[in-house]
Amino acid sequence: MNRHVAWAALAATFAASAAFAAETAPMDVKFTDAGEVTDSLTGQPGDPAKGAEVAATKSLGNCVACHVVSALDAAFQGNIGPELNGAADRWSEAQLRGIVVDAKHTFEGSVMPSMYKTGPFIRPGDGYTGKAATGDLAPILNAQQVEDVVAFLMTLKEE
Amino acid sequence: ALSSAALHAEMAEDELNINGDTPIVTKAPAAAHLEGHLDEVYSGWLFRTDDTRAMEQDDFDNPIMIYAEKGMDNWSVADGSEGKSCADCHGDISEGMKGVRATMPKLNAKGELWSMEDYINDCRTNRMGAEAWGWDSGAMHNMTVALSVQSRGMPVNVKIDGDAAPFWEKGKEIYYTRYGQLELSCASCHEENYGNYIRADHLSQGQIQGFPVYRLKNAGVVSIHNRFKGCIRDTRAETYSPGSPEFHALELYVASRGMGLDIEGGGVRP
Ligand code: HEC
Ligand code: HEC
Ligand code: HEC
Repeated sequence: MNRHVAWAALAATFAASAAFAAETAPMDVKFTDAGEVTDSLTGQPGDPAKGAEVAATKSLGNCVACHVVSALDAAFQGNIGPELNGAADRWSEAQLRGIVVDAKHTFEGSVMPSMYKTGPFIRPGDGYTGKAATGDLAPILNAQQVEDVVAFLMTLKEE
Repeated sequence: ALSSAALHAEMAEDELNINGDTPIVTKAPAAAHLEGHLDEVYSGWLFRTDDTRAMEQDDFDNPIMIYAEKGMDNWSVADGSEGKSCADCHGDISEGMKGVRATMPKLNAKGELWSMEDYINDCRTNRMGAEAWGWDSGAMHNMTVALSVQSRGMPVNVKIDGDAAPFWEKGKEIYYTRYGQLELSCASCHEENYGNYIRADHLSQGQIQGFPVYRLKNAGVVSIHNRFKGCIRDTRAETYSPGSPEFHALELYVASRGMGLDIEGGGVRP
């Protein structure tokens, strides 16, 4: 193998794992009794524009399946959950992060899926194939996507 | 969950009367075993658009009748080593099969829980010497639709006590299990959220007395177990297979949630 390529690959692996190490893994997230997650999962600021995309995209957060978010340009927004317009007037950033990571800490028994959880699940599947998962599941959103969605939610102010 | 007044606003005020001569009960007080869960039960038909509902009002407009006719034609065609047809033993389908769909699934003589598909295949393999039909094969769909039409307007009549009770309990447990990465149970969508929209889909109570149904999306017939499979898959779970013990038990339990409603004998759904 070409030595330069090998070293470059090794360096890239280190860089990736260094970035990863700064992230809080799904199992390590700490919730307050009220369901808040006070610390950023990545230490990097979230990008509201990317968060908007995550919220509107079916294969990502798919928040619009259950929530009306007037700021998003997505057809057929659902009403399983409350409208998210003005969410930042009602909730703090730590609270919103807690809801996105795992809403069941804020709303007991909620039907809202936990976006940053890797298990345990009952009969986990391989995406939407109906087949068994082939290995450990990645969370629905990665740590930075969670931060991006939280940053987007923080822009939803009505007052 | 929303108040029931809000939910009613999301349902059609309409009555189903197929061909103007077969009234179908689509709303009824819930069975006693649903106390604390549902007060009233509703057919999925009430949650569909005006156009889709209209298709089920008249057999000329209901695409499932093409399949029913194929099934009725096959009723008197001999097949297998015994050279017999269904009609040879059961007579006219409208007499021999009247009310049968409404009692399904039910225990066979050996105490196994069987769906209509199992009874049909038992006759084919053990009485006709013919090949079993696949659960979701065209021939099976045609026959289950043809049989269901014979129970139109008859109330769901499943037995859930006695020897059936353990199956019913198992089905109930499955109904309330939160499957998959999305951790959603049948109840998350069809008990807590019927009347609401999940994206573009208007959630019904997920009742099965309209089955088999014609789905416009698939341009074909969908069996009860196949619908269950799709709903579990949508929770990002490993689903169960049509014909599995789990889906037999779930079919009995879900059928019992529809007690009070009438068999539609070929529903139309989006
Ligand atoms: C399958 C349905 C579903 C999905 C998907 C979903 N939610 Fe929710 N969400 C709910 C429900 C239901 C509630 C109300 C809490 C409860 O009663 O369980 C809720 C509550 C919330 C709240 C609190 C709202 C308020 O003002 O009270 C926020 C914020 C929120 N969700 C954000 C999100 C975001 C962001 C996403 C996507 C990343 C998302 N939700 C995806 C169902 C869902
Ligand atoms: C050789 C005779 C014979 C033939 C041919 C036959 N059946 Fe049957 N079928 C029976 C008998 C006997 C039973 C059991 C009746 C009982 O136990 O009450 C039965 C039961 C059934 C049942 C369950 C009815 C109930 O109420 O429990 C269905 C459904 C059924 N047959 C459908 C069919 C179909 C469809 C065909 C043709 C594909 C067919 N049968 C062919 C004899 C036959
Ligand atoms: C993520 C939400 C969701 C879950 C969980 C879910 N379903 Fe469904 N189901 C739907 C949607 C959407 C439809 C189509 C609209 C409707 O009829 O509700 C549907 C339709 C159905 C129908 C067809 C009803 C008709 O009249 O055509 C049945 C039956 C059904 N579901 C049963 C179940 C059962 C049983 C479970 C659990 C194993 C389940 N569903 C879980 C979303 C769900």
